[in-house]
This record gives sequence, C-alpha cells and structure tokens, in this order.
Amino acid sequence: MTHASPSLAIDARDLVKTYPGGRGKPRIRALDGLSFGAESGTIFGLLGPNGAGKSTSVKILSTLSRADSGFGSIAGIDVAKNPDRVRRVLGFVAQKPVSDPMDTGRENLVLAGRLQGMSGRSARARAIELLGRFSLTDAADRQVKTYSGGMARKLDVAIGLMHHPQVLFLDEPTTGLDPEARAEMWIELEAMARHEQMTVLLTTHYLEEADRLASKLAIVDHGRVIVTGSPDELKDAMHGDAVILELGADTSVDAARSAIGNTLSEVVVEFRTIRGRAAVGAVALPRVLGALDEAGLSVASATVARPSLDDVFLKHTGHSFGSGPSTSSGTGTTTKETSK
Amino acid sequence: MTTLVHTGILTARQLRAFLRVPAYLIMNLIQPVIWLLLFGQLFVSIVDIPGFTGGSSYLVFLTPGIVMMMALFGSSWAGTSYIQDMDRGVMDRFLTSPTSRTGLILATMLYQAVLTVIQTLVVLGVAWLAGARFGGGFVGILILLLSAVLLTFVFAAFSNAIALLAKQQTALIAISQILSFPLMFLSSAIMDTTLSPAWVGDVARYNPFEWAVDAGRGALQSSPDWATIWANLGLLAALVVVMTWLATRAFRVYQRSV
Repeated sequence: MTHASPSLAIDARDLVKTYPGGRGKPRIRALDGLSFGAESGTIFGLLGPNGAGKSTSVKILSTLSRADSGFGSIAGIDVAKNPDRVRRVLGFVAQKPVSDPMDTGRENLVLAGRLQGMSGRSARARAIELLGRFSLTDAADRQVKTYSGGMARKLDVAIGLMHHPQVLFLDEPTTGLDPEARAEMWIELEAMARHEQMTVLLTTHYLEEADRLASKLAIVDHGRVIVTGSPDELKDAMHGDAVILELGADTSVDAARSAIGNTLSEVVVEFRTIRGRAAVGAVALPRVLGALDEAGLSVASATVARPSLDDVFLKHTGHSFGSGPSTSSGTGTTTKETSK
Repeated sequence: MTTLVHTGILTARQLRAFLRVPAYLIMNLIQPVIWLLLFGQLFVSIVDIPGFTGGSSYLVFLTPGIVMMMALFGSSWAGTSYIQDMDRGVMDRFLTSPTSRTGLILATMLYQAVLTVIQTLVVLGVAWLAGARFGGGFVGILILLLSAVLLTFVFAAFSNAIALLAKQQTALIAISQILSFPLMFLSSAIMDTTLSPAWVGDVARYNPFEWAVDAGRGALQSSPDWATIWANLGLLAALVVVMTWLATRAFRVYQRSV
C-alpha cells in the first residue's frame, strides 16, 4: 500500500507504461520506472528529448491515461484511485492547443471555468482578469483561429488557470513558437508563478527554458529520471568547462582522439564532434588545437563553454541532447577558427 | 445537475460554431430542398403503379422520407466535432477536467437534433409550397419532428462512439457511405416496400431508419394508426438509450488508448 507524501504536490513513483509496438513487435516501454517529486509552490521541470517519456508522465499524472504499474498523486490524491477529485485540482495545458478555434478567447475561458464548476458570473470575472494578465484583452472577442501562435498559446495557459488549480501541467508550452513569442511566454510564465499559489509541472525539450523557469529539474531519458536537482546544482556538479571540437571532413576521428590524449577529460565522440572537459577551457583549447595541427588534422570549429544543462545531460546519458536550439546556451567564450 | 449544465453549455458551444459559418446553414437549407424536389420530380409517376399503397401524391409520400434521410445523413457526421477536438488538445483537456462524459455525448446529440428540427421545418415548408398537403395537422408535425429527433439521437450517439474508437475522420466517411445508403434504400423512404421484393420489406422491419420513416409518415395521415406509431417510437427510444450508453462507454476505451 503506497501513500502520498503530504509535502509533495506531485508525487510519481516507479511509473511504468507500455504501448503496443505494432503487429508482432514487442511493446514499447514509454515509462520504465519513472519517479520524481515536486514540492508545493514550485515550478518543477521535466527535461528530456522528444520521446523520453515526458508527455506520457503528464498523461498519467493528469488522469488522462493509466500507468501499468507504479503510484502517482496530485495534491496528495491518488490519480488512479480518485481521478475525479484530482481533476478538480489540476489545470491541464496539453502539448497540442487546448482552445476551440471557432470560439472567441473569452468564450473559451468561460466555458473552461463553467466545466470546472464555476458560476457564470465568477467565470466571466476570472476570464476578464486572465485576459488582462496575458495581454489578450483586445483580442478577447475575436475567434481563436485569428490568433497568432503566441497569443493562442497564452490563451491555452489562461484556460488552464481559470479555476485556480493547485497543480498546473504545462506540456511543452513554447514548442512551435518563434523565439520572440517564446521569450514573451517565459516572461508571462514567470509572472504567473508569482501571482498564482500553485505547483507547476513543466515539460520541455528546451534546456534554456528549463534553466530559466524551473526551480528543480528531473532529466528524463528512455522513460527514467536520470538525475534530479536545481539547474544550478546540476551545473555546479560539472567540473570545468566544455570543449567542443568539430573535425574537418577528411580528418580521422580516431587519430584526433589519440592526438588529444589526456589534455581533455570525459571525452565523448559523436559523429565528427568531440566533446571533452577541461578545468580551464581557455588554457586547454590552444593545446588541443596545437596537438591536432602537429598531427596534420584539420578542425572545422572549436568552442569553449561554461557548463550547461546540455553538458549535464551528456554526462548522465552518454549522448548529447540533440534537439532544441540551445546547444550553446553556456555563457562562456566562443572561438570559431573557421566556419563550417 | 452537473450533467445538465455541461450538456447545455457544450451544446451552446456547437451552436455558436454553426452560426458563425453561414455556409453551413445555407448548405443545410439547400440540401433538403434539392433532395425533395429532384426526387419528387424523378419518381412522380410511382403513385400510378398498380399496388402502390402510399396515397395519390408522391410528394406527400416522399416528404417524411426526405425528412428522415436528412436526419440520418446529418447525424452520422456528428462525431466530426470529436475528431476535431481530438486532433487538438481540446478533448484531452475535457477529459482531465470534471466535464461530464454523458454531457459531452448529449451535447452533440442535442446539437444535431436542433439541426434536424430546422431542416425538417424547411422540408415541410418547401413541400407545402410545392403543393403537398398533410392531413395530420399540428400533432402530426410534432410527431414527425419527434421521430426525426429520435433517429438523430440514435445515429449521433453511434457516430460519436465510432469517432472515439477510430479517432479518424475516414471512419466516419466509411459509416456514412456503408451504413447510411443501405439503410435508406432498405426502407420505404423513397419507395413503397409493398412494391419491392419481399426481402426488402422483411429487412426494413428491423431497420431503425424505417421505424422513423413509418412513424413520421403515419403521423402525417388524417387518421393515423397510433398503435404502430407508438410502437415505432418506443423502439427508437429504446435504441437511443442503448446507443447513448455505448457512446459513453466508448470514452473509457478512448482513454485507455491515449
């Protein structure tokens, strides 16, 4: 018998979920014993590449889907045993748009509020408040199909907030937005976290987003949590700077690897990219380039970066993050010898 | 109570969307007129065939048939709104909120019923303008509307269930083609079944579409056979209950598949 931990707003333990893999194929294991806990009032980030199991976790914890095994609770309520009670305390912003394009922004909000049991009057008042907060007042009475991507996504978040949920699920809130709309959304979400007394479960495959918004992170890969901590803790655990070398087209990766020797530690090779770490990147880089030059090996580009979540991910999973635009989100020095 | 409120606000949502696209409304009004007038002209001499038991005017005979045809064709598309909600995250949002599942089903059924009532009145108006006169009076028209609405409920609930199970618009196209047309032709909607091969009449007896045609046509007569009409309406009502229950069950299957 498993009991919810009272201090955790979201509690997931050993969640397992498999899907049919198609005719004659084994079942796909989307979640493979995933566990994490989010404390009340925090933004908790689930970070991982596409297909890591983030959305599946959200579906199970939001009562949309059921786990094969494991335990999940929201605000202390068991999601498998009391889904009806869980649905009253959660707000859900799916990865796909959750608004009705034929309705206006205001109608979408009022409908969502009323379905959550609010009276018509309080739903309308709350809609006005949220439209104002998300700068949608001017568009309030236009059909959502006329909204820009950024506006529609802000409305999605507002829909999730209508009934003052204790826990809000934000599944990839900025995927598909252009950088400008994404930056605006981050500002909105930061303001939201200040205004509303609630816990947010944010899933994202943008490192920068997790770094900026989440106070605590779980990095997910292949249906399991690899490592948990605050973004700073995770980065501080990385010692030294990252050195990233992209080799020229005719350069032998093995030859380069041996030329580098032990100038860099934690060396990982992916295709024509070599990543390693050094206590001080700016000192190590000239040595590495010198050694490669001596061996007659060409380098397309070389980068030194302060530790980033990408490095954290690489260290714990053995492969780089691969998706998202934030592979050089570090604040360190960047040297490019020749552009690709 | 919650179910009633949810049904009301979800029905209103669909009606808003309908009213915002005037083309839908116009299509819905033009379609019955085309069917009624073209069929009415094409088969005008059917009443002269010896053994035709449906009265002396084909237009009068055909009108309740066209009413039910519009109800059947319209309601078999009812699941479309679910497909749209599933393609977006709207359905997932509803299912992670306390939204009444029964309310979701009833709302699409009611919305289709409103369309059916509008179309039925249009068909009756056009038939009247074209010279058809019905002996059943106001009560006859109310019973015709009731039959059309019950038929709409049956197929709207069925369409919803298919949408939830198949999750694809193509499945709805398939049922509207594979199911609706045979149901229509295996009935007395456009042809007196006493003139068809005996097996058509036999099959028609188990065809819910025929129940509605028969009840509606009977009610428009000047001296209706109420026993038959109520028997047909009773069968339709029972089927409405079964289909609504099935559609609500389909939500569980849908949720297991996400």
